[in-house]
Amino acid sequence: MDIAVCIKRVPLSPGRWTLTADGTAIDTSGSAMGWTLSPHEECATEAAVQLVEAHGGSVTAISLGTPESQEQIRELMAVGVDRGILLETDGAEWDAQATAGAIVDALKAAKPGGSADGTAASNSTDFDMVILGTESADTSGYQVGVRIAHALGWPIVTNVKGLSVSNGVARCERVAGAEREVYEVALPAVISVKDGLNIPRYPSVPGRIKARKKPIDTSNPAHPGQRIEKKSLALPPQEVGTAEVIGTGPDAAPKVVEILKEIGVLT
Amino acid sequence: MILVYVDHDRGTLDELSLQAVSAAVALGQPVEAVLVGADAASAAARLGEFGVTTAHVAADPRLTDYAPQAAGRAVAELVGTLSPSAVLAVGSPRGNEVLAHVGAILDLPFAADCTSISLGSSSFDITRNRWAGNVIENAVVHAPTLIASTAPHAFTAEPVAGSAPATVQEFTPALTDADLAVRIIDRTGGGGGGVGLAEAKVVVSGGRGVGESGFGPLEELAGLLGGAVGCSRVVTSAGWRPHAEQVGQTGTKVAPDLYIACGISGATQHIAGCKNAKTMIAINTDPEATIMSYADYAIIGDVSTVLPAIVDAVRAAKS
Ligand SMILES: Cc1cc2nc3c(=O)[nH]c(=O)nc-3n(C[C@H](O)[C@H](O)[C@H](O)COP(=O)(O)OP(=O)(O)OC[C@H]3O[C@@H](n4cnc5c(N)ncnc54)[C@H](O)[C@@H]3O)c2cc1C
Ligand SMILES: Nc1ncnc2c1ncn2[C@@H]1O[C@H](COP(=O)(O)O)[C@@H](O)[C@H]1O
Repeated sequence: MDIAVCIKRVPLSPGRWTLTADGTAIDTSGSAMGWTLSPHEECATEAAVQLVEAHGGSVTAISLGTPESQEQIRELMAVGVDRGILLETDGAEWDAQATAGAIVDALKAAKPGGSADGTAASNSTDFDMVILGTESADTSGYQVGVRIAHALGWPIVTNVKGLSVSNGVARCERVAGAEREVYEVALPAVISVKDGLNIPRYPSVPGRIKARKKPIDTSNPAHPGQRIEKKSLALPPQEVGTAEVIGTGPDAAPKVVEILKEIGVLT
Repeated sequence: MILVYVDHDRGTLDELSLQAVSAAVALGQPVEAVLVGADAASAAARLGEFGVTTAHVAADPRLTDYAPQAAGRAVAELVGTLSPSAVLAVGSPRGNEVLAHVGAILDLPFAADCTSISLGSSSFDITRNRWAGNVIENAVVHAPTLIASTAPHAFTAEPVAGSAPATVQEFTPALTDADLAVRIIDRTGGGGGGVGLAEAKVVVSGGRGVGESGFGPLEELAGLLGGAVGCSRVVTSAGWRPHAEQVGQTGTKVAPDLYIACGISGATQHIAGCKNAKTMIAINTDPEATIMSYADYAIIGDVSTVLPAIVDAVRAAKS
């Protein structure tokens, strides 16, 4: 089974966000800023690695982003991803339609487990499954997976929190209140998952060493233009406050009881 | 005219969808609704009260339960026949999923989780949530028809005075087997979707600072206050607590009267899930932790000694 996972590098701040002076982006210049993946995508990758461990095959990570996204692809290689495809951008935003289009082109051009020949020879892909997040961490578009599925003519199940594959059929569960809804689709299929599907493994030292030698193919897709065009960002109004320190250590307990009574949660 | 996809579960109207109906009514154009599947007509009954003039019900004997691509196909077909200026739904998992299908089928952009919408003729100004509402984006959607979901609770569902019952109009969309390939085939219990957590009046939540074996006092305090236990993602990814208890951007969003954050640093992705708490108390060894700028009250100290003292004091106060 050859599986592609789609992942996106996103900023991670240790505290509050701040915006750039022109108000169009999150300020990532601070020394404490880091970069990471969405938990949904970490779970997508873990699911793909587990399926390949059980059924054989390969996992390819595809990302559309800046050249630095190699860092996130390498991290996933350390936990079992075999190959990477980086669709390099200059950091400009790509909306979901543009992103899905570029990923679909890459899926068609790639030879899973082999090297990409760079040409979209046919209108289909050699992958058996695409697993991604239900929504990206930053744009929360809820649609890249659905658009990929339509372009490939494949079924898609979204919001998946339980996944197993047998005899070429994926059984998917999603949570709706106190119930789990069950869906079954024949492969090939797109599955978009949610955090909580599994517990992603941590990379091992041998895993990290192996990751360094794994191949990442890069290309520079042309940006087709934004149909959802960002004008500016804003931070929601919030009470920027400082908590009133009501004590240090266990001595604060009586004051807590007072507060609980005051706000009516303790009567 | 604005077309609103209204969700229902086996005939029970999805209350959140009424928010999208009211968002559409506020735009000042006639509002029609589309519902899909068996028993949809019974769910459509109340829509007139909220200002819907016509409820289109997609009927096909194969539409027994929720089938997202079939729903998307039915909505897309109506867009073709009715030419609405906008198609809205509420940004629930289903609302977003169905509109993503509509966008893919019609090759139109889809703007999810909007908090404001204004209509133009070939472009639309929207405001939408990014980073789970921690950042707001102002954007322009370039399209002949706007496809957008409304962020849950960004709009209030409001009945329209003097409105007439909606006319229910059945139609049979052209559905292929592929459209029906994805549908609910079974339901099981044990969703554990954090239902208790989402509705709890008190949430006692623990992070890395609580430690693997430190959750006992959190459970006790939650029990005494009739609340629920929550946690951060560090805790669920270490396997200390089940994912259903995770609060935050990729976990459950809570809005309790009281949120007690124990050993939680206050990352924006965690705050996304608890910023609507009425009162927040933080217990943390670090007076500089980010959580301090969100909390109302703070106790600087080790949660393993502070929390048991609070449990004792609450128990004493109750007896
Ligand atoms: C896209 C995305 C989505 C995410 N979604 C979520 C989400 O839904 N929910 C979520 O929680 N996180 C989420 N995260 C992760 C988030 O960024 C943080 O990593 C996480 O919230 C940190 O958890 P924490 O506060 O428990 O741990 P830490 O950040 O390590 O903080 C531990 C805190 O405990 C304090 N402490 C230590 N010892 C003690 C002690 N003995 N007594 C008292 N205090 C002590 C420390 O001072 C510190 O403040 C997401 C991340 C990304 C990128
Ligand atoms: N730039 C990107 N590169 C690779 N995958 C992406 C990218 N953007 C989105 N995705 C994938 O699509 C999912 C849904 O994204 P979205 O539709 O933007 O919410 C994400 O969780 C990722 O798995």
